[in-house]
Amino acid sequence: MSQTLGALARFANPAELIEAAKKVRDAGYQKFDCHSPFPIHGMDDAMGLKRSPLGYIVGGMTLTGATVGMTLQYWIAAVEYPLVISGKPFFSWQAFIIVTFALFVLFGAFGAVLGMFHLNRLPRLHHPVFYSDKFAKVTDDAFYVSIEAEDEQFDDKKIQEFLSSIGGTDVELVAGE
Amino acid sequence: MKFDNKTYMLLETGSFAQKALIAGAVGLLLSLVGAFMDHAQFFQAYLTAFTFFTTLGLGGLFFVLIHHVTGAYWGVVMRRVAENLAYTLPIMGLAMIPLFFGMHDLFHWSHEEAVAHDAILQWKAPWLNTTFFIIRNILFFVIWSWLVHGLRKLSLAQDAGDAASLGKMRRKAAGGVVLYALTVTLFAFDWLMSLDPHWYSTIFGVYVFSGGFLGAIALLSILAIKLRNNGAGDIVTAEHTHDLGKFLFAFTAWWAYIGGAQYFLIWYGNIPEETIWFLHRWEHGWKYVSLFLILFHFIIPFMVLAFRAVKRVPVLILAISGLTLFMHYTDHFWMINPVFNDHHLHFSWMHVTTFLGLGGIFVWWLALKSGKDPIIAMGDPKLQKSIDHTVH
Repeated sequence: MSQTLGALARFANPAELIEAAKKVRDAGYQKFDCHSPFPIHGMDDAMGLKRSPLGYIVGGMTLTGATVGMTLQYWIAAVEYPLVISGKPFFSWQAFIIVTFALFVLFGAFGAVLGMFHLNRLPRLHHPVFYSDKFAKVTDDAFYVSIEAEDEQFDDKKIQEFLSSIGGTDVELVAGE
Repeated sequence: MKFDNKTYMLLETGSFAQKALIAGAVGLLLSLVGAFMDHAQFFQAYLTAFTFFTTLGLGGLFFVLIHHVTGAYWGVVMRRVAENLAYTLPIMGLAMIPLFFGMHDLFHWSHEEAVAHDAILQWKAPWLNTTFFIIRNILFFVIWSWLVHGLRKLSLAQDAGDAASLGKMRRKAAGGVVLYALTVTLFAFDWLMSLDPHWYSTIFGVYVFSGGFLGAIALLSILAIKLRNNGAGDIVTAEHTHDLGKFLFAFTAWWAYIGGAQYFLIWYGNIPEETIWFLHRWEHGWKYVSLFLILFHFIIPFMVLAFRAVKRVPVLILAISGLTLFMHYTDHFWMINPVFNDHHLHFSWMHVTTFLGLGGIFVWWLALKSGKDPIIAMGDPKLQKSIDHTVH
C-alpha cells in the first residue's frame, strides 16, 4: 500500500537553501534534511544541528585501546609467560609504550570510522526521497529540502503550503511503500 | 595597544615596548652583577634564557616558512605576527656574543688540557673547537637573519601591491626550509648537546626544534588573543585560535613522540655512554624535574587540549599557552643545567634575572616591530579567505 513518506521542495541556489533551512528549523520541524551537490558552509548552523558526539566516541575508544594494549602486554610478559629479555624487568613498561600507542591509535580509528557510520545511520540502501523522479537532479545542480512524514508536525496539506511559502518550487509529496 | 581597522596598524605600542625595555635593562644589569659574583653560574643561566628565546624565534620562522611552502590560508591573518616573532632572531644573534666569553665555563671540550688526555674529544676536535664554533654559530644567525629580513621585506612589498612577491616568498621559503633544518639541528648540537661532549643523539636537533615550535605556537596563541582583545576581533577570530590550538595539541604530542623516541632507543640499547645523559637527569633531585616535564609538558596539556573549549575560550587558551611556555623553559633548564654543579639540581636567582633581561629585550623588539608596520599581512591575496575561515 502506498503512503506518504515525506515532502520535497526545490530551491534555486545554496543561499536560498540556507535561508530555507533556517525557516524550516524555526518552524519547529525536527526530521528534515537539506540536499545539495556539494558541501555548503554554514549549513550545520542553519539547520540547527548539534555538535557531533563522535569526538567522545573516539576519545573513549582511544583510552580503551591504550588500556587494552598495556594490560595485554603486562599479562603476557609479567604474569602468564615471563621471560628475561636483555636483562630487563618482566614488566618493562617502556618497551610496551609502542604497542600501547599503536592500539590507542587503532581503536581511535575504528571508533571514528564505525562511529561515523553509526551516527549517519549507514549503511542504508534506500530512502524515501529516491521515489521522486526529479530529485535525481540533486547530484547535478538542484538544491532540495526534504521533510520526513515521521515528523510530529507533518501534515499532507499544510506541508505543501509551507514549503511554497518559504520559496520552494517543484513542491511534491513523496509516496511509496 | 589599539588595532586600527582601516590601516591594519597596531597603535600605541610604545609604552608597552618601553616597559619591556626597562624590565630587560634591569634584568641584564642584575645579571651583570651576578656575572661578577659567579661567572660560571651566570653563563649557565644566560645560556638557558638564550636558547629559550632563540628557539621561540626559530619556531616563528618555521611558521612563516611552512605557510609559504604549503600555501595554507587559515593562518594568513597571523603571518605578520609570526614574521615579527621571527624578527627577534637578529637580536638573539647579538645576545649570543656574551656567551662566546663564557665558553670555558660552559663547554668541557674547550678545555685544552682535558682534550689532551681524551681520545674521543681529540677525534671530535675538528668540529668541536672554539674558532669554528664561533664562526659557524655567527653564520647560523646570519642565515636566519637573511631569511627573516628577506621574507618580511617581501611581505611588506606585497602590502604595497607587489604581486610578484608571492612567488618570490614561496621560492625563498622552499630553499629556506632546507637551510632551516640543517642550521637548527647544528645549533642544537652545538649549544645544547655538546655541553656533554661524549654524548650524542642524532634526533636531538629535532627534539629542540619540536619544543621551540610548540613554544612559538603558544606565544602566537597569546598574541592572537591580545589582538582580539584590542580591536582586531573581526579579523583574528575564535576560528584562528582554534586552529592554533590544534597545532598546540598536535605538537604537544609530537614533542613527546620525539622525546620518547630518543629516550626509548637509549633505554633499549642500555649502553653506558648513552644512558649517562638520562642518569644525570634522574639523580640528585633531577628526577622530579624529569617527571614534572612528562606530566606538564605532555600528559596534562595533551588531555586538556583534546577538548574543544580549550581552543576557543580566551582565558583557557591563555592558561594552556602560558603553561606550555613555562614548560618550554623547564625543558631547556632540564637540557642544560644537569651538566653543571656536579649534576645536582640547582636553581639560581640568575635564572630569573637572565630570563627577565633577555625576555625584556625580546618583548621590546617584538612590540617595536609590531607597531612599525601593519600587523596583518593586508596584501596577501588569501587574506579574505583566511578571515572567513571556519573550523568544523
